[in-house]
Amino acid sequence: MSERTENVSRHKLNVRKDENKEEMVQQVITFALMILFTLIAFSMVILDISSYFIKPTLLLLAGVQVAFQLFYFMHMKNKGHFMPTIIMFGGMTIALATIITFTTIIWW
Amino acid sequence: MSNAIVQQRGIGAMIWDYITTVDHKKIAHLYLVAGGLFFLIGGLEALIIRIQLMQPDSNFISAGLYNEMITMHGTTMIFLAAMPLIFALMNAVVPLQIGARDVAFPFLNSLGFWLFLFGGLLLNVSWFTGGAPDAGWTNYAPLSSTSPGHGVDYYVMGLQIAGAGTLIGGINFLVTIINMRAPGMTYMRMPLFTWTTFITSVLILFAFPALTVGLFLMMFDRMFGSAFFDVTAGGNAIIWEHLFWIFGHPEVYILILPVFGAFSDIFSTFSKKRLFGYSAMVFATVLIGFLGFMVWAHHMFTVGLGPIANSIFAVSTMAIAVPTGIKIFNWLFTMWGGSIKLSVAMLWALGFIPTFTIGGMTGVMLGSAAADYQYHDTYFVVAHFHYVIVGGTVFGLFAAMHYWWPKMFGKVLNEKLGHLGFWPFFIGFHLTFFIQHFLGLMGMPRRYWTYFEGQGLATGNLISTIGAFLMAIGTLIFLYNVIYTAIKEPKASADPWDGRTLEWSLPSAPPFYNFKQTPLVRGLDPLWIEKMEGRKGITPAEPLGDIHMPNGSILPFLMSMGLFIAGFGFIYQVDNKLWFIAVAVGMGLFFASMFTRSFKDDLGYHIHKEDLIEKGDGKE
Ligand code: HEM
Ligand SMILES: [Cu+2]
Repeated sequence: MSERTENVSRHKLNVRKDENKEEMVQQVITFALMILFTLIAFSMVILDISSYFIKPTLLLLAGVQVAFQLFYFMHMKNKGHFMPTIIMFGGMTIALATIITFTTIIWW
Repeated sequence: MSNAIVQQRGIGAMIWDYITTVDHKKIAHLYLVAGGLFFLIGGLEALIIRIQLMQPDSNFISAGLYNEMITMHGTTMIFLAAMPLIFALMNAVVPLQIGARDVAFPFLNSLGFWLFLFGGLLLNVSWFTGGAPDAGWTNYAPLSSTSPGHGVDYYVMGLQIAGAGTLIGGINFLVTIINMRAPGMTYMRMPLFTWTTFITSVLILFAFPALTVGLFLMMFDRMFGSAFFDVTAGGNAIIWEHLFWIFGHPEVYILILPVFGAFSDIFSTFSKKRLFGYSAMVFATVLIGFLGFMVWAHHMFTVGLGPIANSIFAVSTMAIAVPTGIKIFNWLFTMWGGSIKLSVAMLWALGFIPTFTIGGMTGVMLGSAAADYQYHDTYFVVAHFHYVIVGGTVFGLFAAMHYWWPKMFGKVLNEKLGHLGFWPFFIGFHLTFFIQHFLGLMGMPRRYWTYFEGQGLATGNLISTIGAFLMAIGTLIFLYNVIYTAIKEPKASADPWDGRTLEWSLPSAPPFYNFKQTPLVRGLDPLWIEKMEGRKGITPAEPLGDIHMPNGSILPFLMSMGLFIAGFGFIYQVDNKLWFIAVAVGMGLFFASMFTRSFKDDLGYHIHKEDLIEKGDGKE
């Protein structure tokens, strides 16, 4: 019985080690991507690319970076972040509804 | 013994104690007293309105004063009476229901209260300085942005300060409920009052920023020459309406959801049954909270948003009736087959059901955009929202106060006087407001200071005024009951109602550290479970140990006073730039207090285990 629990806990420990390793890899990758995005953003501005292209692209890159920040660096993808996630997305939904109304029925 | 100590320390020490307290139970007392006072002021304003409307061509008060009266009545009742009274209940009950020793941020809790109080005082000072706000509680631009005098400035600054307090309070309860639940108190074991407090706090978090933004824009328009709402300068007056109702509709749910929770606890306690459909109740609460943000434009159907926007908002409005209906049926099923005890709390709860249902029904009528063109800005709307706010929120506050009074003050309110007070209020309420539906349908507009003879409105208005006085009598009997109970009634036992939730496992009133040992929660209605298994109290989740407590602090009071002084500065700098000195002094006090709080370590203190053993468990 006690041997079994020990085995189980050792197994758990190994799993955690693997998870940590994976986490680290993900963090490095996202970090590299974020630097890449920033480089792209700056070079687009420096190269004077047409503003019809540059505006949406910059916004898109910014959005992805925010997501990276939240989910990878601030661990929103991990367990125990259910409430903060719900509340943040709730807030975003309401902000979005507000923006949609303002742009469609006030300043149409 | 403790009583003797209090008497020895005298009144000055007691006041100091309350000004500096960070104990959620004492902050609940503060909210109750302050909210109660504002309730009386708002009630007085209501009576003045009703006297003015009692007969046609009346000249009891002037038209201008009438506008101030209706504005201050609405603003006071919503922001300074209903909200704080709800916060009183949340403070008194939620930490006890989840097995916590206090809220997550005791210091902020006190700050929230003092901001509310100073904001409310600022608003009411306007009566004595040349005129109160007079653009309605909704403060629509351009009526408000061009209103002469300083009345509306007081509205802006007062609500800004009080609103900051509410926002702080809401965030505090969010964190408290997420982080401070006792072991075993999973989300789906939380009592309904805690659940509704939780959802209400989310609503506060999302709704109040819209008001804050609106008030800032209004402040800049009126005091610093901007033109957000000035059409002639390229602004847009409709922005205020949207911002106000993006806040305003969730606000009415902020007012009603907590008492929904209180009613749920009351129905189940006095029917001696588990709440029927607990998970459906939770689901309905969440759904109401979510939908509450999707309907604000139903207050603006007649603005000219266009048929598509009107239809969308009409449909989402009617959708809210569904989760509300779920709740009504669950309460009825909770009582069905239960062994019902007709206590005063239960009486208010029973009165609530038909009353609120009528309010919901007229709500759905108003939610039909085409029909609303007839109802809008008539007394029909006045009848609707009084049925939901008085019949819902105020009845709920009375029910909850009778229910939790022993936990707050250690004595059960006299039941005979309670029954005696209910009837005049209940009958008076329906007399006052039922007839207003028909006055509205007959075309009586709201916010007009008088009407003519021969329009057929006189009888209805007379009945309405008589009802208002009956409600006043009911309120006075309640006040008498409070005093009578304090003097004559014996001390209450820990569990006078044979309760089901954690707060009834503590002595009435609980010791200042609440739980000597954090309780272990083994299911929904944890105290009931223990009772059914023949145990006396709740099983503790931890061995007896030292308890860490926060120190009291005067800083929240000083910070709020700073903003209060600065508020005057902002209002009057328009006339004379010297008033910027008041802004500087006030903000100086504010930031100095904040600085002190941030840089002076205050680690609190410990109650030692030995002292806890010596004192017994606090039960007598
Ligand atoms: C079934 C639920 C409800 C529906 C469908 C509903 C619908 C409406 C609609 C359409 C209006 C605008 C009428 C107009 O101005 O022409 C209105 C006004 C109002 N409702 Fe409700 N309502 C509901 C529940 C509530 C509740 C629970 C409360 C508060 C506890 C509330 C408080 C108010 C207030 C204060 C106003 C008037 C605001 C003002 O113009 O001063 N309502 N309601
Ligand atoms: Cu509404």
